[in-house]
Amino acid sequence: MTLFGHKLPVTALLGLFIIVLNIAVAVAGPYLAPYGETQVVGGGWDPASAATWFGTDQIGRDMFTRLIYGARMTIGIAFVTTILSFAIGISTGLLAAVTGRWVDTLLSRAVDVVLSIPLLIWALMILNVLGQSLFSLVLTIGCLDSTRVFRLARALGIGLVSLDFVEVARMRGEGLGWVMRREILPNAAAPLMSEFGLRFCFNFLFIAALSFLGLGVPLPYADWGGMVKDNVGGISFGLPAALYPAAAIALLTVGINLVVDWFLSIDARPSGAQAEM
Amino acid sequence: MADDQILRLEKLRVETITGRVLVDDVDVTLKRGEILGLIGESGAGKSTIGLASMAYARAGMRITGGTITLAGTELRASTALYRRNSRGKSIAYIAQSAAASFNPGMTLMDQVCEAPVTHGVMGRAEAEVYARKLFRTLQLPSPDTIGARYPHQVSGGQLQRVMAAMAMSCRPDVIVLDEPTTALDVTTQIEVLALLRDLIAEFGTAGLYITHDLAVVAQIAHRIMVLRHGKLVECGETRQILEAPRTEYCRALVNERREAEHLVLSVPDKVAQPVLRVTGVTAGYGAGATAKGAIAVVKGASFDLARGETLAIVGESGSGKSTMARIVTGLLPRWSGTIELDGKALPPALAQRPKEVLRRLQMVHQMPDTALNPRQSLAEIIGRPVALFFGKSRAEVRVRVLELLKLVGLPEDFADRRPGQLSGGQKQRVCIARALAAEPEVIICDEPTSALDPLVAEEVLKLLKGLQDRLGLAYVFITHDLGTVRRIAHRTAVMLKGEIIAQGPTAEIFAPPFHPYTEKLISSVPEMHTTWLDEVLARRGGTAGLVAGAADRPADPATAAHLAAADPAAVAEAERLAAEQLLAEGRGATALDDLQVEVRNLKGMLEI
Amino acid sequence: MIRLILSRIGLGLLTLLAVSVVIFVLTQILPGDVASSVLGQSATPETLAAYRHELGLDRPAVVRYFVWLAGVLHGDFGTALTNGQNIIEVLWPRLRNTLFLAGYAALLALPLAVGFGILSAIREGRLTDRLANIVALLAISMPEFFVGYLLILNLSVNHEWFPSLATVGADTPFGERVWAVTLPAVTLTFLVTAHMLRMTRNSVLSTMSTAYVEMAFLKGLSRARVVTRHALPNAAAPIISVIALNLAYLVVGVVVVENVFTYPGVGQYMIDAVTKRDVPVIEACGIVFAAVFITLNTLADVTAIVLNPRLRHPR
Repeated sequence: MTLFGHKLPVTALLGLFIIVLNIAVAVAGPYLAPYGETQVVGGGWDPASAATWFGTDQIGRDMFTRLIYGARMTIGIAFVTTILSFAIGISTGLLAAVTGRWVDTLLSRAVDVVLSIPLLIWALMILNVLGQSLFSLVLTIGCLDSTRVFRLARALGIGLVSLDFVEVARMRGEGLGWVMRREILPNAAAPLMSEFGLRFCFNFLFIAALSFLGLGVPLPYADWGGMVKDNVGGISFGLPAALYPAAAIALLTVGINLVVDWFLSIDARPSGAQAEM
Repeated sequence: MADDQILRLEKLRVETITGRVLVDDVDVTLKRGEILGLIGESGAGKSTIGLASMAYARAGMRITGGTITLAGTELRASTALYRRNSRGKSIAYIAQSAAASFNPGMTLMDQVCEAPVTHGVMGRAEAEVYARKLFRTLQLPSPDTIGARYPHQVSGGQLQRVMAAMAMSCRPDVIVLDEPTTALDVTTQIEVLALLRDLIAEFGTAGLYITHDLAVVAQIAHRIMVLRHGKLVECGETRQILEAPRTEYCRALVNERREAEHLVLSVPDKVAQPVLRVTGVTAGYGAGATAKGAIAVVKGASFDLARGETLAIVGESGSGKSTMARIVTGLLPRWSGTIELDGKALPPALAQRPKEVLRRLQMVHQMPDTALNPRQSLAEIIGRPVALFFGKSRAEVRVRVLELLKLVGLPEDFADRRPGQLSGGQKQRVCIARALAAEPEVIICDEPTSALDPLVAEEVLKLLKGLQDRLGLAYVFITHDLGTVRRIAHRTAVMLKGEIIAQGPTAEIFAPPFHPYTEKLISSVPEMHTTWLDEVLARRGGTAGLVAGAADRPADPATAAHLAAADPAAVAEAERLAAEQLLAEGRGATALDDLQVEVRNLKGMLEI
Repeated sequence: MIRLILSRIGLGLLTLLAVSVVIFVLTQILPGDVASSVLGQSATPETLAAYRHELGLDRPAVVRYFVWLAGVLHGDFGTALTNGQNIIEVLWPRLRNTLFLAGYAALLALPLAVGFGILSAIREGRLTDRLANIVALLAISMPEFFVGYLLILNLSVNHEWFPSLATVGADTPFGERVWAVTLPAVTLTFLVTAHMLRMTRNSVLSTMSTAYVEMAFLKGLSRARVVTRHALPNAAAPIISVIALNLAYLVVGVVVVENVFTYPGVGQYMIDAVTKRDVPVIEACGIVFAAVFITLNTLADVTAIVLNPRLRHPR
């Protein structure tokens, strides 16, 4: 199988399969799930059986059903967050690169301050202020994460702005919008695409971690991070219920990373270490 | 095998790991003490052959066939250890870029002595003594102490000579010189060339001299091999190649080079109202003339350009000639002075100039690869100025694009191609078509042919000349190549350290009485006969006088700024910039999702 | 060079100051009225005013910021709202615990990551490299709690080799402490090693592609000598930044891991405070994390400056 005119290695193929599977589950969730999202079908932490493939959770809901619904929520939230992060990051980053001077200085210094301490610490403090809701979660993570997209977009932009064809466009009197949309963005598309995969992974893990800490997706919804937290009690009795949602998180991240790794390696040339001697 | 053959490559074949053939069935023989010139355009495989003669292929390449016999031993059949031991000891390498080929963290002496000590040729003390002797032979300043310096502490020309010393440190039988003077300015090139020739002669070393410049190789090689597309075109005695080339390709190559030695144009006598007049312009980098740490790059330059005329601005790197182009186009706002287009004064900055002015003043860049957006089709690239400046409909734009393509000698079906599918010469034609699309009066050409192979460059020059005759265009032609100047310029201005030191009709500039710098510049350009170097040296009183008189430029911009500015604030600024660059480098590697990967991708992406 | 180092340190301090302003604004000004949220809806205007005065909330924000900052500089973070404890007394031993855990993990991760990173770079494209790459990729993709619980389930619940809860007190002896903290440290190591390995590999590879490394090979030097004398010294600065960044990351990574193993560190303290909305504690933890993070990054930059031959040997 080929993609973008390049042959896919087995690892990337596997990654792609995992991603497609996850998206399919997230989209078709309610039709696939054998039970309702909050339907209690047995006792707490029943072992796996023909009726409940992964057993039940701490209050007797079907783990498999919860996992399917959780896919929808967890992947959906991470996706929306990443889209938001890219919308903010790319527009401000390219703006800083193209305009330069004080706009660039101002935005870059602000981003420097944000990135000078870990995003998790910021997120904890901001969520403390905004309170716990899906909206504030998406907004907080999206804005925080956009600082990293900003840095990449700015770096790409600055690299491209100094290229002669952008100079030619400016000498023609093209406006800022044209330069950003027509000259720079198409040329920054490939690295931004692989970055999207990486940032999605990051946000996905970030939100899962927050949910696990009890500060992410609020209660009524099934989400993988929260499910881990809910089922942690079983671990000390040797019950693996909490590990299923955790494994689901790991699986999707592995899948995305496999594809991104391949994507990044397409243009990589062998280093001097591989010379024939 | 004849006893005096020190190196023999037979049926050499080198391919990329994807199977593209780089060197195809090439035979090379080199006698003891002989110098063989390898010449060819970019992609001819000459560097690959140079490295293959050391049984080395860069990452991504493989030697897939043939034999490499060095001093009677076939290297490909030998052990890896034997091959490694012969490198540096029996066969040594001089690279094009000295600044990049030295480890920035080791002293010069450590690097020069590394090969003899590890190969067990000499002890450290003996190696140092020998290195100092080589430094002296190569006329390096303070030969006894220069070894304690780090690469960034000496100039580019000096570093190239230290690299020669490093190559000779084990007294090798063969030395591979890969464009050793290409990165240097003409006036520095001549010194290094003369010293290399003396050095090789003194030690009786055999040499493979790789270059793209016939006139350079004519001074140093006994025989010349001409390569093209990885294949041998012609091989013969130097004199025979220069005077009686047998193949058509060589004839074209020789004629092109010879033509550059003669003036083609005379000045149009009618001096009309100049279309472009530059008066007393000063500009540079930094916030402005009065700002702290500002460095003026162009100082008080004035020139006129008449309609239908070409004015060449020549100078070595760092003379401010490219900055001149940026000032005229408004990319770099001038600090003082005036620029008039057709009698009307132009605002300094690009943003303040009306659209009409932008249209009338166009530019053609040096690197056609970066001057064209790889994500746009030629129709979009050429059509945009038509639509923007003349507000034409889609259909009209299309018609005009096809016209322009024809005008620059490209087939009409190229309109829907992207730049990546074009060769270098074709790309430059597209750049010219894009400039023409605005129907300009003046085109600033910033070294438009220097990134092209000689024969392709000649075609582009002819095209520019033809367009000038048909459309009455005026060119400001910025170049470092005097051959190009002779062929295209009606008038010439010579720049040195930001100032125009001489200007006038090209014929006058190229004839006595010379400005001393102009004379040095002209006499430093190699000519197409084998005795040129000797004649120049004789005129200048031997290599000693030549080097002593040469002003050495530092190898990198940060230190250049350092020297240029006596002002401590400017020095601090240069230091700060260097440190920032360094930190950025460090950071780039710190995060997988950060700069480094992206820049790498960016590069790969632009080449798709 | 000294000037550069001083200016870099100055920049670090300035950043910390800026961060402290943002933290103060975020925690004390944005959330609205602390008094009414503490005293509840039923409080009378008089009691509210009295409480505000008691907390100093009736003064202008700028004054409050400087009072708070002065306190922080003296190690006085105030008292926790929920239980009235003096924050510094709780925070200090917890910070020591956190640094102990992070240091333990770093000790495990550093040699592993740098060693395998360099090896992987030198053997680019071969089996060792591919294997290291796949393992690193898997490790990067695992959430810390997945690794943590996997270890707990297998090594302490099913086999009882290690304690599942990393409970340590002030008087826990060193050996016992190490044993208790092993599982969390291994969990952290897993992730950080993977990151560092990949980055180390990349920076070595980029120096292996330089012209001077090629020149070293063409001088006939052995691969070992080329790597140790030419590639590594020039890859050192980026590798050190990588290490610093990951050490800094370790200090944060502990937030989740401390919660998995209920380890009494700053991370757990902060999460506790966030769930209870205990503002002074959140602030204090935020500042402490910021200080550690910025210090490590500044240290990395300073090392990079010191290691740069151009700056060490000016013209």
